[in-house]
Amino acid sequence: MSAETENEATDLKKTPLHSLHQRLGAKMAGFAGYDMPIQYGLGIMKEHLHTRAAAGLFDVSHMGQAWLTGADPAAAMEKMVPGDLQGLAPGQQRYTQFLNDKGGILDDLMVTRAGEPLDHDGLFVVVNAACKDADFARMEKVLAGEADLERIEDRALIALQGPAAAPVLSRFADGVDTMPFMTAKRVTVAGVDCLVSRSGYSGEDGYEISIPEADALGLTETLLGCTEVEAIGLGARDSLRLEAGLCLYGHDIDEGTTPIEAGLLWSIGKRRRAEGGFPGADTVQAQIKDGVSRKRVGILPEGRAPAREGTEILSADGVSIGTVTSGGFGPTVGGPVAMGYVSADFAAAGTPVQLSVRGKLLPAAVKKLPFVEQRYYRG
Amino acid sequence: MSDMKFSEEHEWVSVDGDIATIGITNFAQEQLGDVVFVDLPEVGGQVSQGGDAGVVESVKAASEVYTPLSGEIVEVNEDLESAPDLVNTDPEGDGWFFKLRMDDAAELDDLMDAAAYKKFCDEHG
Repeated sequence: MSAETENEATDLKKTPLHSLHQRLGAKMAGFAGYDMPIQYGLGIMKEHLHTRAAAGLFDVSHMGQAWLTGADPAAAMEKMVPGDLQGLAPGQQRYTQFLNDKGGILDDLMVTRAGEPLDHDGLFVVVNAACKDADFARMEKVLAGEADLERIEDRALIALQGPAAAPVLSRFADGVDTMPFMTAKRVTVAGVDCLVSRSGYSGEDGYEISIPEADALGLTETLLGCTEVEAIGLGARDSLRLEAGLCLYGHDIDEGTTPIEAGLLWSIGKRRRAEGGFPGADTVQAQIKDGVSRKRVGILPEGRAPAREGTEILSADGVSIGTVTSGGFGPTVGGPVAMGYVSADFAAAGTPVQLSVRGKLLPAAVKKLPFVEQRYYRG
Repeated sequence: MSDMKFSEEHEWVSVDGDIATIGITNFAQEQLGDVVFVDLPEVGGQVSQGGDAGVVESVKAASEVYTPLSGEIVEVNEDLESAPDLVNTDPEGDGWFFKLRMDDAAELDDLMDAAAYKKFCDEHG
């Protein structure tokens, strides 16, 4: 057995919930510069299954939160992302990406039009932890003079995901059970003034809750006090999103992949596809018109062996056609699951492929994503 | 019956005549988390002390298994194919990995006894 390396926790940042993770006996590790819980006492498998059966509570405070305000922050920010931000209704949330001038993805993010439901003007932005410093610096530079970025440093962010999330949250807040998917509002939750969005990263119904730092521990403990709710670590967060077919920045999407190659065309509104006006628009528009040479797909190994990130994908004839970008074990699927890029000719669901694992070629097939049906709230 | 011996890589060895049964320890399975797959060496294959002898996969990651002894693999635990979780529930019993015919019983002297292994884990855990 290879020995576990010691975790150097001294230079890592802590979220407002750090003491809670330690008290719950979490196995901690560094992630994006933060000391984060990978799993708690239940272990990754049970944490994953619990989230899909009941409700899982995740600390995602390491992610970057910010307000963007000004005369027309949506129009301004459209200079940086292909998503339709100007078309957002107050309180409506959208998934998009920061692109570079080759159409490569610099980060993926959620943008919410604030307004009356959030009792704030402008946009509310949530970006990945590993990219937040670069993202915010870039926003300040590109949007200087047009819009003002206010980094939010005094709020925690938690996710409550699973079929019991709405019933649980409804015990502590009014009107959250009828919130449409991908909307947000300012809500008092157990007496705490929060920003709640109905969204998440698990494929299940659920919420992300932005909480003032001082109240974060208390509110989290209140939610954990519900029998349906368990604390869930980053390990299960990863297996949940993988089964849901969701991209992880730095793995399934990065500067070398465009949204079209990644299968994210749905996140680019019709107007923006036609008008462009974002970095790499020429490339993206050409790919929409002419197609792409490679595509992100699901890969389902036939056997029991997982195929991890970096695994070479070959055609049935043994020709190299791509690489696995995320791979592991899916507890709900009950077997190994993976995502990767393959040459477009091999991207059709059901296409037999082979995976090169430890010198052996293991049979697999292209699988349409998601592996597990998404159960977002549709009213 | 012989007393179990342990390696610094958290494998255990149980010897019966010239056959050694090898698996990973309870300490190891706790570190690993839920085991989802075990890749075992080929029966008939030859392994050397400290060399690769399979892979044990958890949900999150794959970990190399090293053999604490040299010898020829005579049997592997086929139950692990359908029930890899045996490694978690009974790591030092039904969750065994493979048996080998020892090349050199003197290699056992390189391993720790139970008390020394416990001390090792306390210091490195």
